[in-house]
Amino acid sequence: MGITGPIPEGTRDQSGRSTVQIDPSNNDSWVTTRLDFLVNWGRANSLWPMPFGTACCAIEFMATAASRFDLSRFGMERLSYSPRQADVLLCAGRVPLKLAPVIRRIYQQMPQPKWVISMGACASTGGMFDNYAVVQGIDTIIPVDVYVPGCPPRPEALMYGIMMLQKKVMGERLRDGRIREEIVPDPTSQLYIPASRIDELSEPFGNSVNQTRSAP
Amino acid sequence: MSDYSVGQFAMIPAGTQASVAPATPRNVPAHGGEPNPSAAFLVAKFGDAIVRSWVNCGETNVIVKVEAIHDVIQWLNEDHGQRYEYLVDVTAVEYRDAGRPLEVVWHLRSLSFLRFLRLKVELPTRGPLVVPSVMDIYSGADWLERECWDMFGIKFEGHPDLRRILLWESYREGFPLRKDFPLRGRFSRAEQLKQALAADPEARYSMEELTIAEAFDSLPEDMRSRLAADKAAGTEAFGE
Repeated sequence: MGITGPIPEGTRDQSGRSTVQIDPSNNDSWVTTRLDFLVNWGRANSLWPMPFGTACCAIEFMATAASRFDLSRFGMERLSYSPRQADVLLCAGRVPLKLAPVIRRIYQQMPQPKWVISMGACASTGGMFDNYAVVQGIDTIIPVDVYVPGCPPRPEALMYGIMMLQKKVMGERLRDGRIREEIVPDPTSQLYIPASRIDELSEPFGNSVNQTRSAP
Repeated sequence: MSDYSVGQFAMIPAGTQASVAPATPRNVPAHGGEPNPSAAFLVAKFGDAIVRSWVNCGETNVIVKVEAIHDVIQWLNEDHGQRYEYLVDVTAVEYRDAGRPLEVVWHLRSLSFLRFLRLKVELPTRGPLVVPSVMDIYSGADWLERECWDMFGIKFEGHPDLRRILLWESYREGFPLRKDFPLRGRFSRAEQLKQALAADPEARYSMEELTIAEAFDSLPEDMRSRLAADKAAGTEAFGE
């Protein structure tokens, strides 16, 4: 048996066939794949979510985790209530400004690699709470990978978001050195905006692999 | 003082005892109706300090002068004929109408007599918003008065620890439930976010809440001996 992943690059001949040599006499178990694929396959299928539920979206998240929709199909049934053991910060619900330093600290406590799902209208944009107390989208505090729209989103929508995140994880490259590094903008570039100006704009942070600004 | 003995209940007039099974009121008029007997007692006891009283949806409202409100609530709590043991809520109302005073509201409930009384104090919005604290009568008024301070900026004189409770302590934009407060706050979004992120998430606890040494005497015996051994061994368990 074997896991048939994508054929490693550089091991193909001119006609596109694999040039990996497999000893035909050794037919009990073998694997040919890229290391990227293997690592990403492991990561994508055992994402441990850290639920940060603050409102009604958390109820839908609970429904997603329960038996009918069953998060364990995605390897996500192990909810991590400690950020140190979590891969995905799943922010479900509105985040008041008083919680802003808390969710920032939770994100900082999570080890790399880490991803963030913003579940629902309020976490993504502030939703209907355009008032003095609510953060207008958690992407102004932390980087966000997947936004799940809805008020609240149904479990199917959240599962679709999770599958999108899995797809994103599968597309990562281990050799890419820029991955999850903050992009330091070139001050001579025409597109350069100083950090103070970006803070005034409350610009989104970007996502886990493409951060558009540095944390203040 | 055995307030709840059978003998004490014998003083209660017939028909108002707690032993009568409570029934859901039916066909309560929106205005008027039978007032809470405590209102008449208050007028007899405090006279001019009671501005007016009326009945609304079966509930009696009494407006009291601010100088007398502490004495009124203390009397309602301590008098054996009143026995308002339970402070349900302390809150405030500000109306849109210009010139209409801001009202501070106390909801009192008598569990012995099954009575409900709403006391109000009128404060002119342009004057100082100061009322006496009732924390010396009801310890439960602590958070209620802090919330009222947080949202309306009403000072409760005599409250030992009057600081913000819902918003963070370094909040500088004012009091959100006042009518002159803009819905989105006074500062820009970026400034609000910057100030909120600068707050220390653990700073809202006072040091008394965080220091285990303060609570040392109330800890269980085994924990006390273990901590004492740690301290003797030189480990900084007490964080000093």
